[in-house]
Formats: sequence, structure tokens, C-alpha cells
Amino acid sequence: MTNSSNFGTGRISWLWFALACLALLIAPALFDVNTMTVLLIWSLFALSLGLMWGYAGILSFGHAAYFGLGAYTFAVASMNIGESTLPLLLALLIPALLAAVIGAMMFYGRISDVYMGVITLVVTLIIFKFINSTAGDAYRIGEARLGGFNGIPAFPILNVPGQTDIPIFGLGLYYVVAASLLICYLLCRWILASWFGRVLVGIRENESRIELLGYSAPLYKTAIFTVSAAMAGLAGCLFANWAEIVTPGLFSLGQSAEVIIYTIVGGLGTLIGPMLGAVGLGFLKLLLGEQTLIDNSLLLGAILVLVVLLLPSGIVPTFMRWRQKRSQATAARHRANSTRRRRRQHGDGA
Amino acid sequence: MDYGAVVVLEILYMIAFLALTSAGLAVVFGMMRVINLAHGEFVMVGGYTTIACYQAGLDIWFSMLIVAPFVVGLLGLIIERLVIRFLYGRMIDTMLATWGLSLLIVGLVTLIFGNSAVSVQAPIGSYEIGQYQMGGYNLFIIAIATLLLLVMWLVMRFTRLGLVARGAMQNRDVASSLGYNPERIYMWTFTVGAALSGLAGGALAPLTGLLPSVGGSYIAKSFITVITGGAAIITGTVSSSLIFGTVNQIVSFASMPVVGEIAMLALAIVLLRLMPQGITGRFFKNSA
Amino acid sequence: MSETVVETRDLSVRFGGVHAVNNVNFSLKDRELRCLIGPNGAGKSTFFKCLTGQVQVGHNNGRVLIKGHDVTGWRPYDIVRLGVGIKTQTPSVMNGLTVEENLWLSARRVNSRETVREVVQAVMAQVSLEGIARRQLGELAHGQRQLVEIGIVLAQRPWLILLDEPAAGITHAEADRLVEIIHEVNQKATIVVVDHDMQFVRSLGGHVTVLHQGAVLREGPVDTVLADQKVREVYIGSRAK
Repeated sequence: MTNSSNFGTGRISWLWFALACLALLIAPALFDVNTMTVLLIWSLFALSLGLMWGYAGILSFGHAAYFGLGAYTFAVASMNIGESTLPLLLALLIPALLAAVIGAMMFYGRISDVYMGVITLVVTLIIFKFINSTAGDAYRIGEARLGGFNGIPAFPILNVPGQTDIPIFGLGLYYVVAASLLICYLLCRWILASWFGRVLVGIRENESRIELLGYSAPLYKTAIFTVSAAMAGLAGCLFANWAEIVTPGLFSLGQSAEVIIYTIVGGLGTLIGPMLGAVGLGFLKLLLGEQTLIDNSLLLGAILVLVVLLLPSGIVPTFMRWRQKRSQATAARHRANSTRRRRRQHGDGA
Repeated sequence: MDYGAVVVLEILYMIAFLALTSAGLAVVFGMMRVINLAHGEFVMVGGYTTIACYQAGLDIWFSMLIVAPFVVGLLGLIIERLVIRFLYGRMIDTMLATWGLSLLIVGLVTLIFGNSAVSVQAPIGSYEIGQYQMGGYNLFIIAIATLLLLVMWLVMRFTRLGLVARGAMQNRDVASSLGYNPERIYMWTFTVGAALSGLAGGALAPLTGLLPSVGGSYIAKSFITVITGGAAIITGTVSSSLIFGTVNQIVSFASMPVVGEIAMLALAIVLLRLMPQGITGRFFKNSA
Repeated sequence: MSETVVETRDLSVRFGGVHAVNNVNFSLKDRELRCLIGPNGAGKSTFFKCLTGQVQVGHNNGRVLIKGHDVTGWRPYDIVRLGVGIKTQTPSVMNGLTVEENLWLSARRVNSRETVREVVQAVMAQVSLEGIARRQLGELAHGQRQLVEIGIVLAQRPWLILLDEPAAGITHAEADRLVEIIHEVNQKATIVVVDHDMQFVRSLGGHVTVLHQGAVLREGPVDTVLADQKVREVYIGSRAK
């Protein structure tokens, strides 16, 4: 009865990947581009959390902080600079920097899970409260007024690198988002297959043992926290371009709760799970947004409770386990059948 | 001189506010190591219950001091039986499930009461200190918070119930070896915690317009008050309320309310970083 | 070579009012095999944790030296990087990963990508783990987990090995195999073993340090020490209580 785990990720199936690329390519012909774009953005956001939480065991209760920071950084930088390449890079860099500082403080301080939850929650709250109160002309960074609870509207969106007169929106934005998602997914797979990624899994399994092997757990955890934040920042930046406005709601607890729900429903311990969870639940949320009978919060809340109680590992892992059991059962049946067949052919005997 | 009195009263009010709104969460965390992220919604439901009862004709004091705790306590009991008890020992899962519950409760309340603010008039009028107009009701809040903490302390120190509770906090198995059913204890602890949150909500109802979303503002402050306070229920809550309440108000007076809140949150991060077990994990160990 | 590779000078650790470790002067020569024994509460585990960095020794409470470095107050992670292998009292392994993966993580820290596989195979052969290479740690019996942890420690080819109760919960056959492995490894490495199992300690041979109430009671060859009157009193006395 062997059980090879391979650090939790198998070899990438290039066939499925190619199919996914194809599907994303032709999707605009079948579905509304606007909707698909935002679903993929949430998918990227969930991927960033799923990487950190599922494989390194780090749960941030305030991941929206980096999402929002990426969005705001892009908006502010874009208004000041004009051309969008640098703002895009800043939108990855600034959240990463903040995460590096906060992460180092928490992980080198050897803070436990629960207190980490509190601190990450409080960080996002601080940012939310601060941004929310920045109404008025006094709060501006260069050309950009922070706008308080109204946010920042009308900033220059992404353009083709170097050509400020060719903006990227609509279908173009969809393909940029899809490409970003695929690239980030590959990046995640690469990280997980590397030595660095395997140490992270080791840290999730038994942090003190990893340290007794001579690895610095705080260093690795800070590193993955930073990568995850950069990815969330990218998602935020893309969201800013999709919505064409950034508001403090991006930093809210509600936003953090949503991405956690997407990840946990989709399933921890896989990369696909959170991505699918985001697409599925995000779509549900958009559907619900258009009617008032069932309140959005009510349904999401109910789903979260039910998933934690009944499917704590999420949908994708449960499905994968079910499939594994079925294939094991089928294999066992085949073995039993062939044994019976052999006995019948050769007669019962040695 | 007058200004000094105003400042002091405002600080006392903030401390009382924190202590009152955190008490329920502190009981549940201190006794069961459960972090109930639906706590803010318990407070909110307490507020709505009070207002609904008052609008139905019941006396306001009765609504806030009796009915609200009872209703929210019942809600807590139901939640404990249906959700919480399956998740003991799983701290992160409990946080997630209660977060889901908080969303659920907000959704339900929005469905029932709608999205516009409801409010009720403060039953105690204002008074004056020199040229400053002060809300008399704030004094009531200070009084009730003090009374509540006092009663809790007396119960913990001098009753058999309190003794068993303190023992169970130190060591899970104490309760069962003393012949008490730990499941029962947890069930009633969660219920009492919920009732306390409901009481806080009821008491605070006359102070602000109530919206289904107010829970969010309570949970953050209560959360950091309780966690920073540490495992000891009363000493922890009192010490962290003192620190946060004072800092919040002083900074608010020095600049703006939102800066005061941010200062309080930032201080929480610093304190947690320096004292990961909370204040009562470092000092006042083994107190109630 | 008989240079001193591990030394403690006037080492003391207090928990509240109790001296868990009381002014211990301990020294170990290169490639020695030393067993640390003593009745329950003698301070063996605490002393062990001072060597590994799991207990932080205060400023004025003595020194711990490893190969000349003053490691007093160092974290385990830093001590391990000096080339020290540590096995803790309760098996500390990565449960969700397979035996091979556990060994890989250990070996990879000190080996390049090219040589890791060889080292892992070698360790598996050395500790007889080939049969369970692909099994998940969480599924294995306690004795097997103990052996896997030994393997994890050995995978980094440490020159100093600290083992806390390696024989706990393993079968006699496994214990005999463990004694063989320890003797093999001792040819190149210095080894400290903390254990209760007297039979195991006897089969290891080597020198023994007896701790009692945090202080060194006797030191010397295993048979001499175990025959010592005072040592027998301390053991029988504490059992009689």
C-alpha cells in the first residue's frame, strides 16, 4: 500500500494546461468579457492566498491589504507618471515591501497562528480606516487625491508598454489578465517544485523539525509572504484597470473574508482549488448582486459555515480523494476478478 | 479644569465601552480558547432586540437589560449546539466558521430589518460641566461596565461556579474529574458569553444609529482587547481596556478620532509583538 | 585525536526555585560515545536542551562550547549549522510527507541537487528504511518513526550527534540494529545519547555520565558506573519512593 506524496504537487499535466489556455482563448466568444475578466482577477487573488496558505500554512486574515494596496498604488502612480509600465511594477513592489516588513516582524517574532491572524487583520483595518478618512485636498500624493471613502476615479489605465496612446481595456484587458493568471500559475508550480517550495511544505508539516535541520523558518515564511503579496498586488492592479476606480472597500474585512472563502471552498492544498472556488463563488456573487431576495452576505456566510463543518478540506481535494478511492476500488476489483479468472482457468491449485 | 474633567470622563467612557463590548468575547476566549468572530453581530443583535422591543412598547431598561441578553444568549446556545461544538480544538476553523456566521447573521438582519439605520433616544438626558455639554447616558455606560466586571469578579472568586470555571481554565480535565460535564460547561459558557455581548449591544443601542453592519466596528476593537488582554478573563479585559481606552482617547483629543483608532490598532500590533501571550500571559498570571 | 569538542562550564538552569541543571561541568572528546543517564527529574533532558539550544541559557549561568565556539544562548538552527545533528525526545518528523521526502529535505541542505539522491539512498540503506521509502510518516508505527528520525539526522552527515531517547518504544531487534548503527557512525562522529533503557546503554558501551538532581554524580565506563554504590542508591532510592 504505497502512497507517494511528492510534496503535495504532482507533475504538471501539460495537456490540461494547454486545454485551459485554449479555453481561456476562446471563452470571449461564448461569455461576457467583462464578467470573465473580473472572475479571472479574483482567481489570481485567490491563487496568491492559496499558495501561501495551502503550502506554507500561513493564513492571513487581511490579505485584502495587499490587493487594495496594489490597486491604489497603480492608480496613484499612473496619475503621476502617465505611462503605465512603472505603475504596474510599483503595484507589485509596494505590497511586496509592506509584506516583507510585516512578515519579518511576525515570523522572526515567532508569533503563533492565532496572533498572526489578529495582526494581519489589524493591519488591513488600519489601512482601511486611514484611506477611508483621506477625503479632501490635503491628502494627495503628487497629482492624485486619495479621495477618502469615494476613492480615486478616472486614472489612466494600462497602455501598451511605451505607447501611451494605445490603452488596454475590454477584450485586450481580458487577455492581459488571462495571461497574467497563467504565468502566475506556472510560477507557483515552479516554486512548489523547487527546493524552496519543498522547504515551505516542510515548514507547514513541522516547523521545529525544519529548524532542527538548519533551515531558517522565518526567512522562508517571510519570502513566500512577500511573493504572495506581490501576486495579490498584481490582482489589485488589474482590478483597478477593470473597475476604473479604486475605493477603500478593496481593503475591507469583507474583501479579505471573500478571498478566504473562495480559497477554502475551492480547497487548500491545491492551486486549482482556490482558482475554481473564486470563479464559482465570484460568479454566484455577481448573480446574487442583481437581485435582492437572498442577501449576498447570507449566502456566502452560510457557505463558509457549511464548508468548514462538512468539507473542511474544500471541494477540489475532497473530489480528488473520492476519485482516488474509486480508482483504488476499481483496481482492487480488477485484481480480484483476474485472480478469479486465473483460478477458473487453471483450476484451484497451487 | 473643566476641560480636564471632560477628558477624564471621555477616557473612562472609552475604557468602559471597550470592557463592556469585550466581556462576552473574553469569557468565551478565556474559558474555551474559542475566538468567536460573530461576536460583533451578537452585540448588534442585542441592539436590534432592544430597539424592536422598545418600539413594540416594552420599557427600554427592561428591553436592554433583560430581553436583549436573553435573546442573544439563546442565539448563542443554538449556535453552540449546531456549529461550535463540532470545532473544539480547531482554533482556525472556529474563527472561519464564526466569520461565516457573522456574515450569515448580517444577511438575516438585513432581510428582517432592512438596510436603513434604526435608533432610539437615550433615556438619560445630558448634563453640563462648565461650558461643555455631556451625555448623561455615558455615565450609565461607565456604571454598568463597572458593575458587570465587579459581578463577574465576585462570581469567579467567591462562588462554586467561579471556582470550577477557573479550574477548567487552568486545566481542561479538572472539570470532568470534579464530576462536571465539560460539554455542558462549554455550552453554558458560550451562552453566557453571548448573553453578555447582547447586554452590551442593548446598553449601547441608544448611543448610535443601528445598522446591520455595525458588528464590524465592534469585533475589531473587542478582538484586539481580548487577545492583548490574554487568557485571564477579568484582569486581561480590564488591563487592555485601560491601555487602549486611554491611548485611543488621548490621541483622538490630540488630533482626530480616526487617528485615535489607528493609534489603538497600531499599539495592539506592538503589544502583541512584545507580549505574544497577551498582558496576562506576562503579568498577573493565574488571576481570574 | 583527543581534542575537546563539547564543553559546558558551570552550567546552571533554574525553573522557578528549582535547579534543573546545577553547575554542571561537562566535557566530551572527539569521536567519543557518551551516554547521559539518571533517574527521572535528574535534569538530563534540560541539560540536553542546553546543548541543542532549545533551552536558552541565561547570561550568568555558565557557558556551552561546541568545537571552540561559544554557543551559549544560540538558537537550535544556528547550532545545527555547525554540523550538529539533533534527535528530540518525541519523534519530530514531517508526518504528511514520505520517508524519502523527509530524508531529501534533510540531505538537500548540505548536498547539491546532483548528489542528494545518492545520499538519501545511502542513508536508507544504512538505517534499513528501503522498505518504507514511499510510506507517509503519519502512517508508520512509533518505532519506525524513531528510526526515520535517526535517518533524518544522519542524512546531514553531522560530526556531532545528540540523541534524546532514541531507543524509546522500539523493538529489541530494532534496538540492536540501532546500536550497530551508532557504533558505525561513531567511527567518524561524536555522539551523545540520553536514555533510560539500561540494557540499551550497556550494549552501547562507552562512557557514561550520571546526573542526579541537576548535578554530575559519577562519570566513567558504563560497567564501573553502574556497579557504583551511590549510583545504585540513587536509582533504587528514587524507585522506592
